Amino acid sequence: MSTMEIPLSPALPQQAKGESRFLRFAREFAASHIAVFGLAMLAVVIVVALAAPWIAPQNPYDLGKLDLLDARLPPGEKAGSGNMTYLLGTDGQGRDMLSAIMYGLRVSLMVGVASGAIALTLGAALGVLAAYLGGRFEQVLMRIVDIQLGFPAILVALILLAVLGKGVDKIIIALVTVQWAYYARTARSAALVERNKDYIEAARGLGLSARRIVLRHLLPNSLPPLIVVATVQVAHAIALEATLSFLGLGLPATEPSLGLLIANGYEYMLSGKYWISVYPGVALLATILAINLVGDQLRDVLNPRLAR
Amino acid sequence: MTVYILRRLAQTLLVLFVTALLVFFGLFLVGDPVEILVNPVADETERARASAALGLDKPIYEQFFIFLKNAITGNLGTSFVFGRSALEVIIERMPATLELAFLAMVIAVSLGVPLGIYAGLRPDSIAAKAIMAASILGFSLPTFWVGLLLILVFAVQLGWLPSTGRGPTVDVFGLQLSIVHWEGLKYALLPAINLALFKLSLIIRLARAQTREQVLLDYVKFARAKGLSKARVIGVHLLKNILIPLVTVIGLELGSVIAFAVVTETIFAWPGMGKLVIDSIFQLDRPVVVAYLLIVVFMFILINLAVDLLYSALDPRVRLAEAK
Repeated sequence: MSTMEIPLSPALPQQAKGESRFLRFAREFAASHIAVFGLAMLAVVIVVALAAPWIAPQNPYDLGKLDLLDARLPPGEKAGSGNMTYLLGTDGQGRDMLSAIMYGLRVSLMVGVASGAIALTLGAALGVLAAYLGGRFEQVLMRIVDIQLGFPAILVALILLAVLGKGVDKIIIALVTVQWAYYARTARSAALVERNKDYIEAARGLGLSARRIVLRHLLPNSLPPLIVVATVQVAHAIALEATLSFLGLGLPATEPSLGLLIANGYEYMLSGKYWISVYPGVALLATILAINLVGDQLRDVLNPRLAR
Repeated sequence: MTVYILRRLAQTLLVLFVTALLVFFGLFLVGDPVEILVNPVADETERARASAALGLDKPIYEQFFIFLKNAITGNLGTSFVFGRSALEVIIERMPATLELAFLAMVIAVSLGVPLGIYAGLRPDSIAAKAIMAASILGFSLPTFWVGLLLILVFAVQLGWLPSTGRGPTVDVFGLQLSIVHWEGLKYALLPAINLALFKLSLIIRLARAQTREQVLLDYVKFARAKGLSKARVIGVHLLKNILIPLVTVIGLELGSVIAFAVVTETIFAWPGMGKLVIDSIFQLDRPVVVAYLLIVVFMFILINLAVDLLYSALDPRVRLAEAK
């Protein structure tokens, strides 16, 4: 693990002896109360999403458990059978909104994180490789990145989904296509800076293989800016997936994400039955806001240019 | 410079060709429009006749070549649903989308620039912190959900503004516009605000960051020392300098507003190009989808090019690197 001991930048301030890098990072992150609040909110969102099958009052997909007589009940209403209270009301099929939101959160987060992880891997690999190889490969790749980033994400995703159709795999493909270019650009510029530093020179001097230099030295040290981009992009991906699902282009109705839940409530909105659309939206907002708050602070903490 | 523009235009053709290729072949795989367009009880011969009438009986590559040949002459195909030129159908809807995008940008710029400058001049004031908090919220709020809330609050609960649709239009130099008088503007207000919110947050953040950098520079000190009024220092000298990066972003965002109009138009049932393309995707009206994407991609490339040229005109320090 000797590679990890090399400081990211000589400008890092001297810390109290014995304080690990992680502790220092945690302390700096916690300097902003609002970021800690965001992190707590994010933790709650993740726990709820993971634990949904165990903590949700109802399995929203088990049609046998739904009672059509309970349809469109406002929040706080008791079920007709008397064995549960619908804290956030019910939708058009008598589904408990709280349970539907918990399951929807699961789908939304899964899609956002999965597409982010794939796009990060793909983009970072291509970006670092472009920086390392240079030449033709770099030129062509960056040209493609430039052209793609010239178009808004929603337009590219719209084209792809119009072509691919619906489905979890399809929307992940669309989100990866939309996002990889951001990672590639960031990874390349980070790696370009790192490439010219002495430790890479030293690694070359030691006769290490190109593969080892890229994977063990260049990539880990180019990570901080990528992490910042990743938080922003995952929030974008979740919002974009919700938007596309709302338009009816994203996920199939069998796997309702938060966007689809909001779309389902749209028709009841004009008659004042607000809860079917509003509460899934609140969950979506909380998720995106939490990620953005954490991302904002990460950007400051991981930025070596800001003196602390 | 001429070489630069020519190269960009050549690149444009390439991007348009790739888009057409991708969308054309992709849509071919999705489904057979004849299934949707023809009466479900129609027999084989009737289907075959419909298929032939739409040119769908030919192999896909042949269809694509016919499309390309026609496209060069400005004919992007005939809509299956409307039975008219796809280009015509889209151009008919274009003014509605453009006026919405225009109104949204006016709202975003006229509120965003002053708020951003204020937040940049007094970064520690409570008002500035509130502005910045609101802008983070504006970034996080999903556009389509805000649209629903706007309808819920202003149309359903308060009843101040109409919820959906476009108001009566007025003929302005041959364009059907609705925002030039109050009756029409009433309908455009909610969708425009919806569309503007994200851009407003972006412009506030940019204007603030720029202002914070610029007030530290010597020319501001010098202008003050000369005894110019505060209003003049901010309104003329500072504003001019923060406008350069803002123009770039505003220009690029204009394109993304047009793309995002797809969402807003769907929510507010606004009869623009965006609503048209969503409907066309569901009805498998391929010619309209292909034509829409080509037109929007083309508009985008033009906007990007215009912004690049404008940028180098505004800021003499920027010389187009590829102008060789």
